[in-house]
Amino acid sequence: MPRYTFKEFKSDQEVRWCPGCGDHGVLAALQRALPDVTEALGYSKERYVVVSGIGCSSRLPYYMNTYGFHSIHGRATAISTGIKVANPDLTVWQACGDGDALAIGGNHFIHAIRRNVDINIILFNNQIYGLTKGQYSPTSKFGAISKTSPYGTVEHPFNPGSLVLGAKGTFFARSLDSELKLTSEIMLAAAEHDGCSVMEMLTNCVIFNDGAHKLIADREVRADRTIVLRHGEKMIFGKNRDKGIVLDGMGLRVVTIGENGITEDDILVHDAHSENVGIQMMLADMKYPDFPVALGVIRDVKDVTYDDGVRDQVAEVKAKSKIQCVDDLLRSGSTWEVK
Amino acid sequence: MQHKVIDTKDVVIRFAGDSGDGMQLTGSLFADMSAIFGNELSTFPDYPAEIRAPHGTVSGVSGFQVHIGSEHITTPGDFCDLLVAMNPAALKANAKWLKRTAMVLIDSDTFDEEGLKRAGLKNDPIAELYIEDRTIIIAPITTLTEESLKDSGLDRKTVAKCKNMFTLGMACYIYNRPMEYIFQYLERKFGKKKPELIEPNKKVLKDGYNYAANIQAIPNKYNIEPAHQPKGLYRNITGNQATAWGLLAAAEKANLPLFCGSYPITPATGILEELAVHKSLGAKTLQAEDEIAGICTAIGAAFAGNLAVTTTSGPGLSLKSEALGLAVMTELPLVIVDVQRAGPSTGIPTKTEQTDLNQALYGRNGECPMVVMAAHSPAGCFDAAFNAAKIALEHMTPVLLLTEGFLGNGSEPWLIPSMKDYPKIVPPFAQPNTEYKPFRRDPETLVRKWAVPGMAGCEHRVGGLEKNHDGVLSSDPVNHATMVREREMKVQKIADFIPELEVNGPESGKLLVVGWGGTYGHLLSAVQELRAQGTEVSFAHFDYIMPLPRNTENVLGKFDKILVCELNSGHFVNYLRGKFPQFKYEQFNKVQGQPFLVQEIVAAIKENLS
Repeated sequence: MPRYTFKEFKSDQEVRWCPGCGDHGVLAALQRALPDVTEALGYSKERYVVVSGIGCSSRLPYYMNTYGFHSIHGRATAISTGIKVANPDLTVWQACGDGDALAIGGNHFIHAIRRNVDINIILFNNQIYGLTKGQYSPTSKFGAISKTSPYGTVEHPFNPGSLVLGAKGTFFARSLDSELKLTSEIMLAAAEHDGCSVMEMLTNCVIFNDGAHKLIADREVRADRTIVLRHGEKMIFGKNRDKGIVLDGMGLRVVTIGENGITEDDILVHDAHSENVGIQMMLADMKYPDFPVALGVIRDVKDVTYDDGVRDQVAEVKAKSKIQCVDDLLRSGSTWEVK
Repeated sequence: MQHKVIDTKDVVIRFAGDSGDGMQLTGSLFADMSAIFGNELSTFPDYPAEIRAPHGTVSGVSGFQVHIGSEHITTPGDFCDLLVAMNPAALKANAKWLKRTAMVLIDSDTFDEEGLKRAGLKNDPIAELYIEDRTIIIAPITTLTEESLKDSGLDRKTVAKCKNMFTLGMACYIYNRPMEYIFQYLERKFGKKKPELIEPNKKVLKDGYNYAANIQAIPNKYNIEPAHQPKGLYRNITGNQATAWGLLAAAEKANLPLFCGSYPITPATGILEELAVHKSLGAKTLQAEDEIAGICTAIGAAFAGNLAVTTTSGPGLSLKSEALGLAVMTELPLVIVDVQRAGPSTGIPTKTEQTDLNQALYGRNGECPMVVMAAHSPAGCFDAAFNAAKIALEHMTPVLLLTEGFLGNGSEPWLIPSMKDYPKIVPPFAQPNTEYKPFRRDPETLVRKWAVPGMAGCEHRVGGLEKNHDGVLSSDPVNHATMVREREMKVQKIADFIPELEVNGPESGKLLVVGWGGTYGHLLSAVQELRAQGTEVSFAHFDYIMPLPRNTENVLGKFDKILVCELNSGHFVNYLRGKFPQFKYEQFNKVQGQPFLVQEIVAAIKENLS
């Protein structure tokens, strides 16, 4: 099979996101990741389906030269589920926003995770409704000022990570719109994960919520305020690679290596494959300024998938049943003959 | 006691009791047994929404009516010849359904002070309900059942559950039914799990039969000869079962996997349950998290190349509205089955109506045409579902199939067809590696080609936004107008592929009775009854509503007056008025959550002819 490049995954459609929008970075990362995915998993291009709901980020399927479905608000996850169950040989990617997936589509989102449908969900989290021009979303910070919360919101936001892990998700990762390489790396891991993969992208909306992730994402502070987690590696971060995460009683704590007798040996090693969600949940919940925000693959565990389950059950029943065609069915059970 | 045997051509029996008394089972056993005996029949389960409503109250009464005959039977019957009332509430709720000549069989053990009080009756229910002139058979069924099983070693609760077998035994005697079928049923049911229950149930059944034979209160026993049915293999089938099987048949003829995404809802759940059983035929069922996910998973499955189906009832159809629009816009094949129930809102979930027609035709935003069709009998649901799927797949459109609670839960004997007599289904698949533009259309039918993910070289995007023929987003005013017109014309052109409207009776005259959906049997009976009396009246029944059969205008135009009968306040008559305003319409409507009575239709026709 010829090796694809990002060009084969780029459609001829003009990209209509605002200049500077974080979505550009995620799109670029996806177009760069898919040739690697194709090579690693032996897919062919016609097996890709990119699904979306409604919102700025949901325009993404038009920019991908694959099969695509730009559906209705909130329903992308249900459409993706149907596609994957109907034909498990397809590889389904989904683009959705924080309003799309967590407000109007919240129900489908948690149930796809619960069922562990083998789809790859890219959740663009810019903490605002962009396409409708600036209303707060379910991930907007408590007190956020927006057009529909001129005096600040009085509601708590969702943290997508804890929602996914709470629903017994098998894969959760997080990246920043500007971290192209990390994002592509996460996407490859998501593709290789057999089950429902949720990738939260912290994206910036330059028009309606500029700087939403500024406190952690700015170049000068990023290394000190985020931590990239990799399975089997020590949880070390910081510009000088001198900070780390340790377990302290029932919780986590940030320490400086070399201070108060702390050595590298004391630092936690990330276990994304641990069934136990405890530490992964704490990592997903880490917030600045008390903690660095966790990026990378936070959880990646194996479990049976829904689409395999449906397919296998059909095969098992088919192998056992006396009813092999509709004529058999019509004549099954209680019948009588009129002579 | 030797009872006189009277030959009769049909009888209607209504079994009624508390919702835990097993009346649905008793009724359906009686029906199945009669079908195997060779009678024609039609059934009507009439039960409360609560699984166990307050004991002994009128709201908790569960009924099952069965009409059996030696000639063609098209309805479950208006009024009954025998009412079995297992308690005072059942008698009170059903006294109005008694024929003048009816028998009433009551379990006198339940007619104590407490039972009467719960039913809101005083000390003489027979007088209070004005049924003194009927034949009342008072039998202490509870005591007799306990007596019958006193040496069985079964506990009180289990014994009480056998009461319905005593009743069924009595009914078997009165209507001269062989009991072998019920013996076989009991052996099948309890054979492996509870074999200790087989003999006690058989004993109670036989004791009921013998008790009826020995008492004087029964005036006569009746004989209903087998009907002269066409030769062949028969089975009993409910509408929901037939709907599921028709969809499976279509999947087989199209050589596509069947996918059903649905959320449980009364009275449609039976279809999802039935499909879930038949995985051996490749059916995939997804019990969705909500109604919207039901249809959206189905739309996803349609995009991925399955025969996609979602099943629901009225409130569920409301929830699916936006996604129905998406199916219209993406021009994907999809079957939506709406088993209508009494609305609005939650309404009366277990009762039947035809009040979703307006919703089916108009309940979406934008110009959003889709095929709307209806099934007209329980067994007819098979062909209706098959045809719905055929149209959806061959014309690349959602098809909304309306059935009714009355059809879904009702049953009738069915001459089992052979799949070789059904046509192939040929979806308009695209060819891989050819130039593919998703909304270019066949010039004749306006149908687009179907490219399915996995087909190399046909990658394309669909969605809810307006597009041009090439599949490129477009808000161009002229393009929008063109696409709106073409989506409408595509559906209208399906009229060339459906059967023409048939007229039962003379092709012209003073009055044409018109109906659609599940009222078919009642309307046909009424018209036949009047014609037998010498009244000239014709009847046309619609299976296809959008589009209408091509000859509709022609048929309607040959009558002075058109009487449209439907179980709503006039949805179809107003649709016809809009399409063909030149004709004179009258309407007969009933919105009680109940099917028509033949006698109501007869009266309405007479009134319109006078």
